[in-house]
Amino acid sequence: MDTLLELISLPLILSSFRFATPLILAALGGIFSEKSGVINIALEGIMLFGAFAAVLGSAQTGNPWMGVLYAMVGGVLFAAILAIVSIVFRADQIVIGTGINIFASGITIFLLQIFFNVKGTSPLVPRLPFMRIFGVRFSVLTYVSLILVPVVYYFFYKTHWGLRIRSIGEHPAAADTLGINVNRWRFLSVLMSGVLAGLAGAHLSIGDGSAFVREMSAGRGFIALAAMIFGKWHPVKAFGAAMLFGYAEAVAVRVDFAFIPSELISAIPYVVTIVVLAGFISKSVGPAASGEAYVKGDR
Amino acid sequence: MQEVNPLNSKMENFKSLLTDVGISVLSITVALLFGVFFILLTEESPATAYEALYFGAFGNFRNILNTLWRSTPLILTGLAFALPYRAGLINIGAEGQFLMGGFTAGVAGYYFTSLPAIIHLPLAILAGVVAGALWAGLAGWLKAKMEVNEVISTIMLNHIAVALTINYGINKLRTSTRMATPQIMESAKLTRFKEMADSAFWSKLPFVEVFADPGIRLHMNFVLALIAAVILWYLLFKTSLGYEFRAVGLNPDGAEYGGINANKTIIWTMLIGGAVAGLGGAGETLGTHLSFMAGMDAGFGFTGIAVGLIGQSHPIGAIFGGLLFGALNQGGLEMQFAGVPSEIVNIIQALVIFFVASLQIIKIFMKNRREKEGVE
Repeated sequence: MDTLLELISLPLILSSFRFATPLILAALGGIFSEKSGVINIALEGIMLFGAFAAVLGSAQTGNPWMGVLYAMVGGVLFAAILAIVSIVFRADQIVIGTGINIFASGITIFLLQIFFNVKGTSPLVPRLPFMRIFGVRFSVLTYVSLILVPVVYYFFYKTHWGLRIRSIGEHPAAADTLGINVNRWRFLSVLMSGVLAGLAGAHLSIGDGSAFVREMSAGRGFIALAAMIFGKWHPVKAFGAAMLFGYAEAVAVRVDFAFIPSELISAIPYVVTIVVLAGFISKSVGPAASGEAYVKGDR
Repeated sequence: MQEVNPLNSKMENFKSLLTDVGISVLSITVALLFGVFFILLTEESPATAYEALYFGAFGNFRNILNTLWRSTPLILTGLAFALPYRAGLINIGAEGQFLMGGFTAGVAGYYFTSLPAIIHLPLAILAGVVAGALWAGLAGWLKAKMEVNEVISTIMLNHIAVALTINYGINKLRTSTRMATPQIMESAKLTRFKEMADSAFWSKLPFVEVFADPGIRLHMNFVLALIAAVILWYLLFKTSLGYEFRAVGLNPDGAEYGGINANKTIIWTMLIGGAVAGLGGAGETLGTHLSFMAGMDAGFGFTGIAVGLIGQSHPIGAIFGGLLFGALNQGGLEMQFAGVPSEIVNIIQALVIFFVASLQIIKIFMKNRREKEGVE
């Protein structure tokens, strides 16, 4: 009974927002990329690099907002690798994404040594402002993520540009015959996903704390990917999924169960994703042309 | 247009082998050149750094053997990526399969207390192999029967494996503050080369005393990895089952018309891929750490993707890819002593992935040209 009350307690639900923030931001990023037809499993690496860039920016300028800018630029740089190699060189998007993740974990630890002369945790840097609600810290990026959900929804479903990107992801050849420059829009969409995943990283390092720790993304990029799939590539539904996963993380941190080992609660988002994909609840189908490079004239 | 059967033409095979090797060598060279830029950031001399890297990997007999030791799990995870890739599947799950294999072998290694080595060791290895195979087979089954994309399912299964084996399994079973399962029995240990001279069985071989150096960490799983690679090569290129795998990879619809059961291929390639990754985990547990330890996966599953790619998803190529990346890992330590962060090695490995993947476009161009010539 106590456990049950704890599960619906206000601090727990509020802290789900905190845990969900990076998932929401990165899932929205994933939607941008995948709606245009580029699978982005590099969210994890981009987020990690964004987290580092944010700390670097904040440390160098003393201004955490510059950290946010650095994180977005860093995210774009990493996303640009994915864009160039997968769109221009038509390389396998999954393989490149994996490469970016390895690259990110190597280069962040490398740069940590170059800039801060440490291998594990960076020195403390100025962090973004936050507000306490019932004792739970709400970083400014949490609000940003909540605002971005309807904005991204509006963009994809109520604007011409959003329609274009969606059409490219479903049927690039048809979009091409309508005069849409498929590869340019894909490029922009992937870069946009870099901005959002970079922001997610900034939340981890200077939104939710004030330092960079090696490997601090800790699989959140993949949970964000799971949230995107669970949310069927729809911004609002993905937000719901991210909240659910954020809640699962909050529960794993805060609640002791007698019957489920807490170590296994953290695996719930992953199990749920497989179950959803297997169609046990309802089938989740992504953009039709996702994962394929587009070549003019190919059928 | 007369289509050349890409599975059988000898001349075409040779040409494509040459292209593959060329792409790999070019990628490694360019990645090492890019590495120079990163080394310069550390204000050390790239020549000193690469010299240290080379010495660390190949400088003396001990370093060479330790390069082989570090290559072992990479060859196996490389194979775990390469075989399914030949059938058109992307197995991102070697990491999870490796963990399941390592954990299960570790448990089998300490749980049975009174078995003779001749039964215990094969049993522990088999436990790891089966666990890895089933973990990958689950992803294969989900793909074949429920149409779940294998990329997503293997990523998810990786994280579930971490929760099951490291977070839960070790916490439940450990007997000390060390984040590891209890130490395995003597009877489940994979033979280490340095202990061969003391062993009643191996000491009969000539020259085993050259290995009697406590710094040598190579163990028998390296030999098992080579055997696994040769078996997979035989399976893929000399049996009808392997022909089916490759046919599905080249043209799934065509293969289906030709009477090949694509679902069977999906499940079998994943099972076999997972089995090799599981062997990798079992080997690290039974040969290197003597218990299943948190962090012992060390990203082998993901580096294995690079190994498989650099080997152009050919089982023998995976041996060379594994040796290269093992050498980088082993030499990276020496580089660290020379004042250059060993993470340069991870950066170079990632760059190799970018270049190998990008340069595949050369093959597309060559194919297009061939087809044009065929038309004219």
